[in-house]
Amino acid sequence: MTAGGGRRSEAGDPAAAAAARAFRDERAAVLATLIRHVGDFQLAEDAVQDAFASAVVAWRRDGVPANPGAWITVAARRRAIDRLRRDRSVADRAERVAELVRLDAREHPSVSEDESTITDDRLRLIFTCCHPALALPARVALTLRALGGLSTGEIARAFLVSEPTMGKRIVRAKRKIADAHIPYRVPADEELPDRLRGVLRVVYLIFNEGYAASDGDRLVRAELCSEAIRLGRLLCELMPDDAEVWGLLALMLLHDGRRAARVDREGRYVPLGEQDRSLWDEDRIREGLRTLESAVRLRRPGEYQLQAAITAVHIQADDGDATDWAQIADLYGALAKLSPSPVVELNRAAAVGFAAGPQAGLELLEPLLGDPALERYQPLYAVHAELLRRAGDSAGAATAYERAIALSRNAVERVELERRLEALKSG
Amino acid sequence: MSQYMLLLYAPEVGPAEQAEREAELPFWLELNESLREAGLLVARGRLHPAASATTVRVRDGETELTDGPFATTKEILGGYYVLECAELDEALRHAARLPIARWGSVEVRPIMNGSEISRRAEPAAARE
Repeated sequence: MTAGGGRRSEAGDPAAAAAARAFRDERAAVLATLIRHVGDFQLAEDAVQDAFASAVVAWRRDGVPANPGAWITVAARRRAIDRLRRDRSVADRAERVAELVRLDAREHPSVSEDESTITDDRLRLIFTCCHPALALPARVALTLRALGGLSTGEIARAFLVSEPTMGKRIVRAKRKIADAHIPYRVPADEELPDRLRGVLRVVYLIFNEGYAASDGDRLVRAELCSEAIRLGRLLCELMPDDAEVWGLLALMLLHDGRRAARVDREGRYVPLGEQDRSLWDEDRIREGLRTLESAVRLRRPGEYQLQAAITAVHIQADDGDATDWAQIADLYGALAKLSPSPVVELNRAAAVGFAAGPQAGLELLEPLLGDPALERYQPLYAVHAELLRRAGDSAGAATAYERAIALSRNAVERVELERRLEALKSG
Repeated sequence: MSQYMLLLYAPEVGPAEQAEREAELPFWLELNESLREAGLLVARGRLHPAASATTVRVRDGETELTDGPFATTKEILGGYYVLECAELDEALRHAARLPIARWGSVEVRPIMNGSEISRRAEPAAARE
């Protein structure tokens, strides 16, 4: 549910507009703090939902308050007190109610708690939503629901499942948090690097879900990218000393800045070298490059920073021929050391093939051709064909092109491969 | 004297049928009390639904967590621990320390406490 009145009525309705704004900007913080106070995810979420619903009515009647976030905080706390008083089964109910009433009695509710405690609440919420004891799809859904501004229906549409299915997934995750006592805290120092990697993975997954697929509701998918970037910014604000947090934000911004150019009018994928650069979002890309600089300054290289750096080198080249392939090859080399994978090796071989000549590329490619993980991976054969062609082995190149064409599932890509095979034969 | 573990199995059912089961709570309490009086009861517990389970495996030194109960017919139950932990993370940490986590699996299921059991036994209307 979006805040009370719904989006269509926002124009000319300052109360609904203010509620929608507060929902987007302040809901996560209010919810995160209330969860700590009441010790129950579901109860806190219900109370916050109630507060937003009543806000629209009250603000239409009395006008929008000076600090909508503080208003929502107080209203949600009072709703939580009501709900706790009614629920006879919560064991330490009396204590919790007393604590909430004490908070409620303070003069300035918005400044009644230490600013850093409230900041930590959002981190606690992120780490709880991304807890590894929850299935990955549940982590993604819960993170979007609790920390983002999307409704269950919007999340369901973005992930191409029905709303009841997504609703059940979220309810089940919240129930597991309560039943299994998944802790509401920022992990201790020794677990933190591992757990933070898990959080970044969830955020990047949300981004990719919005960025990669071409089917589904396009508007909602764009919103997924925005939500992921918002989460990335929040993490930079909350954990500014971690280089990979900045690296991930940089990577998402650099991709997102090219969103409009990466698909043509017919919805077909356009490779980076052929994209219409006038469609790029310059501000987004500039911000991405700046963010990458912030990451690199921390001098703790990582996967996301390297991927962002590779993207940055491609972006900074005026066209495919001006690309600094030696630098890209080095970056892939560093990435292969940090997180070895056959796909990274393949990209490295392709870059080396441009930087140091086809023979050097073919040497790196050799071990990959026997890798069962890549046996049906079309790009392997496309790269192999290109390298063989440039090395002067036309017969070998033709065989590799045929293999790549047979494995291609994308019509545009297949046409391009067929064109190259024809050119080879007639040349 | 020997110790025996009794393992209780039942399919998970819908709310109506579950309510009928919950209504039998007094019989369970009476039974537990009689076992305790006879000096036979070592430990007992009621588990949260299977959806609250986490399965822990350690492979190549890496702890792998799976959301949900352990489900394969090849491996059979070989023992059990009941641990008192502050939170799930602590239980998972100890589960990963058990040698069997390296060649088998350890399913970690939260046990219901008294108030959680009575909450379920209460008619839904009383909670709203």
